[in-house]
Amino acid sequence: MVQTMSGAKMVVQALIDQGVDTIFGYPGGAVLPIYDEIFQQNSIRHYLVRHEQGAVHAAEGYARSTGKPGVVLVTSGPGATNAVTGLTDALMDSIPLVVLTGQVPTFMIGSDAFQEADTVGITRPCTKHNWLVKDTNDLSETLHTAFHVATAGRPGPVLIDIPKDVQFADGTYTPASKIKSHYKPQVKGDFNSITKLVELMETSKKPLFYTGGGVINSGPPASQLLRELVAGTNFPVTSTLMGLGAYPAKGENWLGMLGMHGLYEANMAMHDCDLMINIGARFDDRITGRLDAFSPDSAKVHIDIDQSSINKVIRVDIPIVGDVAHILEDVLKVWKSRGRKTDATNVKLWWNEIKDWKKIRCLDYKPSKKVIKPQYALERLEALTKDHDRYITTEVGQHQMWAAQYLGFNDPNRWMTSGGLGTMGYGFPASIGVQVAHPESLVINVAGEASWLMNMQEMGTAIQYGLPVKQFILNNERLGMVRQWQELLHGERYSQSWSEALPDFVKLAEAFGAKGILCSDPTDLDDAIMEMVEYDGPVIFDCLVEKHENCFPMIPSGKAHNEMLLSDTTLDGAIDATGSVLV
Amino acid sequence: MNALKIDKGTSSKSAYNIRSIHGTDEERHTLAVIVANEPGVLARVIGLFSGRGYNIESLTVAEVDHEGNTSRITIVTTGTPQIIEQIKAQLGRIVPVYDVHDLTVEGPSVERELSMFKVSGTGDKRVEALRLADVFRANVVDSTLTSFTFEVVGSPEKIDAFGELMRPLGLTEMARTGVAALARG
Ligand SMILES: Cc1ncc(C[n+]2csc(CCOP(=O)(O)OP(=O)(O)O)c2C)c(N)n1
Ligand SMILES: [Mg+2]
Repeated sequence: MVQTMSGAKMVVQALIDQGVDTIFGYPGGAVLPIYDEIFQQNSIRHYLVRHEQGAVHAAEGYARSTGKPGVVLVTSGPGATNAVTGLTDALMDSIPLVVLTGQVPTFMIGSDAFQEADTVGITRPCTKHNWLVKDTNDLSETLHTAFHVATAGRPGPVLIDIPKDVQFADGTYTPASKIKSHYKPQVKGDFNSITKLVELMETSKKPLFYTGGGVINSGPPASQLLRELVAGTNFPVTSTLMGLGAYPAKGENWLGMLGMHGLYEANMAMHDCDLMINIGARFDDRITGRLDAFSPDSAKVHIDIDQSSINKVIRVDIPIVGDVAHILEDVLKVWKSRGRKTDATNVKLWWNEIKDWKKIRCLDYKPSKKVIKPQYALERLEALTKDHDRYITTEVGQHQMWAAQYLGFNDPNRWMTSGGLGTMGYGFPASIGVQVAHPESLVINVAGEASWLMNMQEMGTAIQYGLPVKQFILNNERLGMVRQWQELLHGERYSQSWSEALPDFVKLAEAFGAKGILCSDPTDLDDAIMEMVEYDGPVIFDCLVEKHENCFPMIPSGKAHNEMLLSDTTLDGAIDATGSVLV
Repeated sequence: MNALKIDKGTSSKSAYNIRSIHGTDEERHTLAVIVANEPGVLARVIGLFSGRGYNIESLTVAEVDHEGNTSRITIVTTGTPQIIEQIKAQLGRIVPVYDVHDLTVEGPSVERELSMFKVSGTGDKRVEALRLADVFRANVVDSTLTSFTFEVVGSPEKIDAFGELMRPLGLTEMARTGVAALARG
């Protein structure tokens, strides 16, 4: 049966056919026909944000915590340009999103019409793909294809720009089942390479799994298979910021996060291993440190769905292109069929080395009875909430790194943070998206006061929809991470890194109709955290912490993994001139 | 270099086992990129090169299969072997890109470019220009009492050479199409 309907109706129909029940958006002139259709149906719930950037980050939080694509609807011009940061964020962190933008009518495109922007031009470099649909008859096919492209292969954000006349006009609706896309990324890994990997696993004396966001993106079975492989081989495992939770933090083989602010034992193991098995990570510069000193003696295997990630930064010996779950399944199969061999004796010696590194206790900090140390705040947050059905988002800065260090993630999709782009203002709207997807769960955004202010308008959204998100602000009254770099690199000249004229967060919460909690005394902290957790509604928790705490361990820019700084006392001359040009 | 002593690049499927990517010398490669003939596809390809800082020496594009709605983009680029591999992988990742062929490594190929040269002058120079044009098998596509316009088809090197010869003889303008290339056989 041929179905004829308006373009606006097609949008809603296609979303329903794709199983979408939640979208985040903000209306405007160029999307009014679609908003009219949304008004007249009950299958899709629309969450009205307070800024389009918030809509995209909320959709990211939704996507990352569910594994489903997030959907966004915004208007032309400023609506579209406000979405750009979120799109770039999602592209860098491989988050599947379908973003729909309104556009001026086709006959006005190019005339500098009111709220016209070259949206496909602006977003071409920050989407996985985008489309401008000029004919209603092409619209439904494009919508269905968009969901396929966003989720297949390496996930990412896609955008469809829909002129207003295309929304009004009638056209033929093509159901999803009729769509044939040539876009079919390879998911099975090359068998010979997988066998090579298994051979190396059998003989390696100092093996290490280095896992990343790709394990999470591949879906829960990938995390399961990783756990089976780790348990079977007894190899140690570390992870990037994006991969936390794929292997459980309480698991016996867990070394903690690696990288610039990663754990000592994880970075030392990266440096000294003889076999590095990279699963779904991309040798980001936050991970590698100085390239020519990166893990000098290891054979490197790289499992990635994106061919362009292979040999982009680090030359690897065995690339395996494909989906993590498919490849790990084959790795396990081959490894088992060859008799489950490892060099257990030497791997045990390797573990002894690692245990010595652990004795450094790199996360120890100087405790205080007078002020709340940010690390202490997170230790207490972890202790008091770890048994909850809990999701964590973060903003960007020192608090983000401390959250990654001191909170434990035992399952995938529980940790949402802006890794690749490092977007201040991500965490709060992301927590809203997570809460929408998991209404009964405890959703906490670990924030810095400066980041949090960047999208604080979303408090209105949280209140409107009764989303009990907890904003746990580690308030150091500083752009802490910037201040830390200025201390280390710029002669303690703290240029513009003070958070001045901060609001009274308790009053701010109350002004929005939320609960505000202020805590500045370590002895009150547990009670205050419990008050936050137990409160049925959104909370802004203003946790006044030590203002000048630095985040350690730290691999200074331009240094190698084994040149990590562990505390303030090791700072002198830590970063040289070549290092200081790096970000 | 590594303690386990395994062969470099042991994946049978990837191009990495064909050639070492250790080199730091720049190489010139001709890539044929088969793309869906859809709006913006050229912008995507060019945006990739500018956004990631790769070189484009020449670029040609035209629809080659009307039925299949595909175009062929021929790009001549330079870079270290690692950069060339990156370029190919990055091109392959663009959604409307169907295929990327590196004609420089996939076997022998032929490259041709069309060019036009306007040479103004009178007397001996005019005669000499005409004589050289004959040697290069250039066609005269336009002539006035004071100028010739030559058309030269050939490899980029041949066209460069012709341009050099015409310069002292009154070359006033030139236009080149960029390289079109096909694998042999
Ligand atoms: C949108 C944006 N602008 C600037 C930066 C650079 N930056 C990184 S961390 C940081 C300071 C963050 O301060 P705060 O949120 O208070 O966190 P803290 O480091 O104090 O924990 C800044 C300005 C950024 N990451 N994102
Ligand atoms: Mg701060």
